[in-house]
Amino acid sequence: MTAVRRELRFLVNDEEVVLGDAGAGDSLLDFLRLRRGLRGTKEGCAEGDCGACTVLVGRLREGDVRYEAINSCIRLLPSLDGCHVVTVEHLAGADGGLHPVQQAMVDCHGSQCGFCTPGIVMVLVALWLERPRPSEAEVRRALQGNLCRCTGYAPILRAAAAAGDYGLPEDDGLVRNREAVAARLAAMADGNRVELERGSVVVPADEDDLADALEAEPAATIVAGATDVGVWINKDLRDIAPAVFIGHLDGLGRIAAKDGAIGIGATASYSDAEAALTEAVPGLADYWSRIGGWQIRNMGTVGGNIANGSPIADLPPVLIALGAELVLRKGGKRRAMPLEAYFLDYGRQDLAPGEFVEEVRVPVPAEDAWLSFYKVSKRRDEDISSVCAGFMVRVREGRIEEARLAFGGMAATPTRARAGEAALCGRNWDEAAVEAARQALDRDFTPISDWRASAEYRALVARNLLTRFYLDHSPAASS
Amino acid sequence: MTGPALREHMHRAYRHDSAARHVTGLAAYADDLVEPAGMLHACLGLSTAAHADIAEMDLTEVGSAPGVVGVLTAADIPGENDISPVGAGDDPVFADGVVSFYGQSMFAVVATTRAEARRAARRARVVYEPRPAVIEGEDALETVSEPLTLARGDVEAALDSAPRRLKGTLRVGGQDHFYLESHIAFALPGEDDEIRVVSSTQHPSEVQHVVAHVLAVPSSAVTVNVRRMGGAFGGKESQSNLFAAVAALAARKFGRAVKLRPDRDDDMTATGKRHDFRVDYDVGFDDEGRILAVDSVLTARCGFSVDLSGAVSDRALFHADNAYFFPAVRLRSRPMRTNTVSNTAFRGFGSPQGVMAAERIVEEVAYGTGRSTLDIRKTNFYGGPGRNLTPYHQPVEDNILPRLVAEIEERADYAPRRQAVLDFNAKGGVLRRGIALTPVKFGVSFTATWMNQAGALVHVYRDGSIHLNHGGTEMGQGLFIKVASVVADCFQVDLDCVRITATSTGKVPNTSATAASTGSDLNGMAAFEAAETIRRRLVAFAADNWNVEPGQIAFEAGRVRIGNQDIAFAELVEAAYMARVQLSATGFYRTPEIHWDRAAGRGRPFYYFAYSAGVTEVEVDTLTGEYRVTRVDILHDAGRSLNPAIDLGQVEGGFIQGMGWVTTEELWWDGEGRLRTHAPSTYKIPLASDCPPVFNVHLAEWSQNAKPTIGRSKAIGEPPLLLCASVVEALSMAVASTAGYRYCPRLDTPATPERLLLAIERLGQEGAE
Repeated sequence: MTAVRRELRFLVNDEEVVLGDAGAGDSLLDFLRLRRGLRGTKEGCAEGDCGACTVLVGRLREGDVRYEAINSCIRLLPSLDGCHVVTVEHLAGADGGLHPVQQAMVDCHGSQCGFCTPGIVMVLVALWLERPRPSEAEVRRALQGNLCRCTGYAPILRAAAAAGDYGLPEDDGLVRNREAVAARLAAMADGNRVELERGSVVVPADEDDLADALEAEPAATIVAGATDVGVWINKDLRDIAPAVFIGHLDGLGRIAAKDGAIGIGATASYSDAEAALTEAVPGLADYWSRIGGWQIRNMGTVGGNIANGSPIADLPPVLIALGAELVLRKGGKRRAMPLEAYFLDYGRQDLAPGEFVEEVRVPVPAEDAWLSFYKVSKRRDEDISSVCAGFMVRVREGRIEEARLAFGGMAATPTRARAGEAALCGRNWDEAAVEAARQALDRDFTPISDWRASAEYRALVARNLLTRFYLDHSPAASS
Repeated sequence: MTGPALREHMHRAYRHDSAARHVTGLAAYADDLVEPAGMLHACLGLSTAAHADIAEMDLTEVGSAPGVVGVLTAADIPGENDISPVGAGDDPVFADGVVSFYGQSMFAVVATTRAEARRAARRARVVYEPRPAVIEGEDALETVSEPLTLARGDVEAALDSAPRRLKGTLRVGGQDHFYLESHIAFALPGEDDEIRVVSSTQHPSEVQHVVAHVLAVPSSAVTVNVRRMGGAFGGKESQSNLFAAVAALAARKFGRAVKLRPDRDDDMTATGKRHDFRVDYDVGFDDEGRILAVDSVLTARCGFSVDLSGAVSDRALFHADNAYFFPAVRLRSRPMRTNTVSNTAFRGFGSPQGVMAAERIVEEVAYGTGRSTLDIRKTNFYGGPGRNLTPYHQPVEDNILPRLVAEIEERADYAPRRQAVLDFNAKGGVLRRGIALTPVKFGVSFTATWMNQAGALVHVYRDGSIHLNHGGTEMGQGLFIKVASVVADCFQVDLDCVRITATSTGKVPNTSATAASTGSDLNGMAAFEAAETIRRRLVAFAADNWNVEPGQIAFEAGRVRIGNQDIAFAELVEAAYMARVQLSATGFYRTPEIHWDRAAGRGRPFYYFAYSAGVTEVEVDTLTGEYRVTRVDILHDAGRSLNPAIDLGQVEGGFIQGMGWVTTEELWWDGEGRLRTHAPSTYKIPLASDCPPVFNVHLAEWSQNAKPTIGRSKAIGEPPLLLCASVVEALSMAVASTAGYRYCPRLDTPATPERLLLAIERLGQEGAE
């Protein structure tokens, strides 16, 4: 039996916090503002979409502290054990004045009403720590999770570009104190399970402890990145207890190539998985940049995006097209299935009580596979798709040998277009085949109309994405 | 003796006064202020029916929820159950007997914590007896206020005799303000009937009057303070009233401080937005594209109450000409009552919708005659003999558009780029491009003439430090730094000698909303008057005391030259104090020359016009309708800018906000009248990555206001937003290219990827027929 600790330990700026009374659904934002009086961090939307609440969270990874920008409104306190939370109040320049990012923002007139500004500053600090002289594209990508309603962003982009002229990370307090913070965090990491609220909140010690915890409490809410769960709490006022927190389990977030597949552990964040997947899968990088904003990519997990069974999740169509396999674990037992088999119906997945998503195995695509991934949304970035799609087609000697056409936003679950696939297979790769597949999609799907798109638009776009796929790959076919 | 040179503070690119506080998180918004011990939190209970009788409202479970101190309903209101900004009596604090839209406030619950109040509010059991609900403005039969007609000439005859004539319909969507700081109010009970309210509001005086009416106390018992807002954009002109009134009611009832901060969803559900419009136009023109007559009906979805809809739909008519002379014209408003949230002020206040109508007409004429839209524009600009009268009979006397447009054509390389776009599209690929140049002429002044007044209060303390207060509010637009620079200029002291202070109804009374772009025009002048009064007293004192002519006294860079002496400003102030000179003054300003006879549709509602011109280029993916705005060039008229850095920010920000309105920001009501886009997850305002990669914004440095405004500057807040018409037209051009530019695409807004793709399909079918 693992030893149990009944309090959370983490750092907020310079101070150590020992907290015995954190509820399952208590957000970091409320903790900062209401209990610590740190009111520089703002609530704009409480659903992880506006970035006004952005703070940095540092966690020990292989002995080093890695800081990531996250949305504190949907970051839950039990997930912070052993972390270093850095708020806007902690920033300073080398001379004790404004931080280089702050000074650049002031000099470039980067704030008007100022309410989004602390969150924007935190994101730009996170970017500056990684890339003090970022490209314009990197700045725009870093800011995907931050809304500003006043400036139109132009001066913020100028400030981000200029920040490196005001100072470099080697002189920064966070960088200089990294080792000291690492030592403090290491001292907190006692390897114990944490239980709070009379055992209704469990932060397991490791993966086996997680399996035990879920066997003991099969109805528990599993919380990884909380990018969905945090919204249930803040918007639906849902009580998620009993809850088991898994985001910290490094063993469950491993990314490793094995037997011609890339294994992505359930708690690997989108950011964690990005390098391995986008290197192995051609054409995926652009799509990956359109998942959430930076904060969401740092928080949300590959496993969570699958586990909750959303019909509009970004990853399932991609992974289904690639032929991914899902590994579930319950106690000591594991089972695997093709990913598409996991999604039974709207809100219903093939997941037993006490079972959890352990890993998704993504086969490395064949050399001759044509792959494309498309996301169509009202706003290009940080939006939920109207339609998204992952296509994989293999053509041998002009004939289509294999076709996997996976769609999101077209049905109650992420799903393959079986009629569309059938219309392609065995035919020559030409316009007639694509036209046949376009027609066949009407048999595959009866999409709905909602605020994201009408049924008519969804159906039309799904067909046109096949045309796009053909245009993207037909020159390769002839060569 | 030569003193230091005069130092000009006006017209300098000072940073926002709170910039350093913004970036450090030290700028305190209403929710950041230190809270009094025992403060309670309120949460609103909102209706879940669009139009219904409340057959039963059982709040037992609400009242017994953990942490609850009590509930408030219409029965708890000692005064009037009305928060209408125009005193219409149609806008209750709490619905009483009947609900008129989905999301209407019905009750409030007050609890020890905000979380408890939110949980408790959801425990209400309400039984509704549905009534017929009207959701769309064009389906409505009843108006919320008296429609306006602007007319000149015999429009029917001119239409009948015009060589060409076209009719069409344009639908323009609404827009949520999406200020990053949601509404909030916080009330503290005082002695007897007194109450203090901290409100995130553009209109503290109105909040004061509304709270007084609701509580049945004199206005003198209510003090409203606001230091800054986290954005407002018109959404906090009248919509703050609800939250302030409820916080005040609760504070009075429970004798404790009470805060009400709705979450984003409640804020977006319960508060009004930009009006969506349907415009039906009938235009007569000749073969050269000269417009001869325009007859337009502008139908606005106003929501369940009048709020500011009368003035909003009036302003839409005032701008339905945009920059064009219509020889015969009739413009009619239809402000329609619907069972939706009551639409309200939003940056532009109806004018953007009017401008969209004018620019659609230009497009129609261009496609109708086969000429370019820019040619049609130039053909129809105001100017030339007998071509300067607006539909409201005010002459356009300060038109600088020909010069602005010529300069932006040059700066933006408009003609060669347009040719490049045509060439690109001629290749017939999946990607299509569009480019458009649109102008703006914007009328400055509240059309409610009496609102064009402002007050200020300036104190000079014995140490020479200056306390500045005025009726304007700071919502991020940089008003405070502009007005401070006016005062610093007057006394010739450093800007940091002027202390900027929170707006308070206790210091400057009976103020107008900070709105209609008039903030710096009105408050800058009022503050100048106040400062100038004190300066004159100091001059008179110095002349007397040092026995010199007033003409020998000059204020220069923190010092004052008095004849041959040169003393510190603070020294003069201390001497004046000892001589019992009053060192405090109020200032007052009323905009001259303006008048408006609404019944006759004639007058001079605007003191002057502000102008702008912009060029937008886009690229559209015709397979999905997705697009990018790839380049924008703007040349804007800020008169002689009071602060070029602040004004540039207003132009950039205003343009992007307008771009959001016409592109991705879509309000979507379901069949039950429930708004389903009520948070950023579903309502999409522009992101940094939507900012055009090439975005060249300049102020017309040669411009100055023909009228003697403060520093000859011009209003800046709203006009740049109207340039978003160029985005719509550029998208429209890309769409039109798919059918050889034979048809005007008649693109409605917001021009989402879906609307674009469906328009492309529609044009394809029209071509096939």
